[in-house]
Amino acid sequence: MQSIIQVTGLQKSYAGQRVVDGLDLSIHKGECFGLLGPNGAGKTTTLRMLLGLIAPDAGEVTLLGLPVPQAAREARIRVGVVPQMDNLDPDFTVAENLLVYGRYFGLTDGEVEARIPSLLEFANLTNKRDAKVPTLSGGMKRRLTLARALVNDPDVIFLDEPTTGLDPQARHLIWQRLRELTQQGKTLLLTTHFMDEAERLCHRLAVMDNGRLISQGSPRELIEQNIEPQVVEVFGETSAEWANEHAAKYAQRFELSGESAFCYVQDAQPLVAHLQAQSALRYVHRPANLEDVFLKLTGREMRE
Amino acid sequence: MNMQEFALPRFSLRFFPIWQRHWLVWKKIAAASIMGHLADPVIYMLGLGYGLGSLLPEMGGMSYMAFLAAGTVCYSTMNSASFEALYSGFARMHEQRTWEAILNTPISLDDVVLSEILWAATKSLMSGVAVLVVIWLLGLSHSLMSLWMIPLALLIGLAFAAIGLIMTALAPAYDFFMYYFTLVITPMMLLCGVFFPVTQLPESAQMVASVLPLTHAIDLARPLMNGTVPPQALLHIGVLLAYTLFGFYVSLVLFRRRLSK
Repeated sequence: MQSIIQVTGLQKSYAGQRVVDGLDLSIHKGECFGLLGPNGAGKTTTLRMLLGLIAPDAGEVTLLGLPVPQAAREARIRVGVVPQMDNLDPDFTVAENLLVYGRYFGLTDGEVEARIPSLLEFANLTNKRDAKVPTLSGGMKRRLTLARALVNDPDVIFLDEPTTGLDPQARHLIWQRLRELTQQGKTLLLTTHFMDEAERLCHRLAVMDNGRLISQGSPRELIEQNIEPQVVEVFGETSAEWANEHAAKYAQRFELSGESAFCYVQDAQPLVAHLQAQSALRYVHRPANLEDVFLKLTGREMRE
Repeated sequence: MNMQEFALPRFSLRFFPIWQRHWLVWKKIAAASIMGHLADPVIYMLGLGYGLGSLLPEMGGMSYMAFLAAGTVCYSTMNSASFEALYSGFARMHEQRTWEAILNTPISLDDVVLSEILWAATKSLMSGVAVLVVIWLLGLSHSLMSLWMIPLALLIGLAFAAIGLIMTALAPAYDFFMYYFTLVITPMMLLCGVFFPVTQLPESAQMVASVLPLTHAIDLARPLMNGTVPPQALLHIGVLLAYTLFGFYVSLVLFRRRLSK
């Protein structure tokens, strides 16, 4: 398969601290690749190095067949970026934002004007064409940022936490649009810490922590490789006592977090049968998901 | 130490769409902006010119108002370049993240910094021309030589934009700029011959004034407004160009360092 982004041995330190520590990645044409990791895992630094915005201390990056950062400018002609924080031009209307951004890619005004109607339609902003940016809702701003990233009809789109801070309706619309982009054959690289987002959108995922890649594969593979297939969450004031006494008998592994005990099991039936007899405890039985994998791989401690 | 931070700037024509962006923003607030360029310097020039001018026989071989006119063009261009490079530049770099958006396209930081300097100089040019028009209308300068004030306003703008950007690159927040305006810009207005000849100052202050960019700007402007060729014109132009190149290079290195974090 054709590799659109190829990374080997990527390293970056700030003030003696390794932020990215020997990263290898290969992202194929037409796939949606998710980079997961807690805050400070090195996701944004990695994206910035792939775009050639900061120089790595060591390692090699090839973006669309071009060496980065040496030929980053040429590579970025065919790349779209949705940044973590909105940086639309507040003085401009929706259409002016697209026009001005298109010029940065060397497009003529005529070329951009011709694209604006379809970009607005894609972003569900057709009737907001002449609205000023400060009057848009958070979801509209995100959609405009996405439309802006498509102004140069890029082959690869980088999305840094594209749905952070959006309400569920707005997130679903963005997800739908991102799926349409992969169907058109675009390659997507996105960072997120929403596991449902990663599970729905991404063909392949890499989990990063402390600047290293700790697991990689399709969402299903990550779950199969890293964790027991069933999870029983047990809640209640006495859940901790109960878990310390009984959980090990029924579960391959269990974790306590607040008033919940998370029991990871191959077969949930004996545990569920046992819990049905415990009137003080409530429980939820569900298949293991990416969030379980993520918490197992990166721990439950808060990252600041 | 990262040697790439010290690389010489690489120019490209890609700075132009950024200049166009600033122009489009400016057009939306043009009326207020022209008002701002004009009101303050013209009020000072007329107020002091009539008020003090009536007490002073003449200054430097011309009426006090005519003396002030040259200084006024220079300091108002200095001010507009400085405000643009510091406050508006900082807004675009930090507050609005405009630079971040631009840097994700095929445009490099070198292009962005160049466009900031050229845009601030454009604002200076507009502000200088606005004041000049008032001066011409008031009949304070009759010489065709005063048309040379137009390119001079651009050159003053380039120099002050470039050194102003050093402050922008270092600033943690807007408050920081107060140091520059109260410790650098305001003293320059009083030391460099805007309101009275530099020769009135004590020798030590004259020494300081002789290296400041505004002094050289005014040494060019005053003869031009009066219809004579400025003595040592090449020296003064050279000093302003040197400030421009120095400010551009130092601010670029500092921006590279700041934005690589």
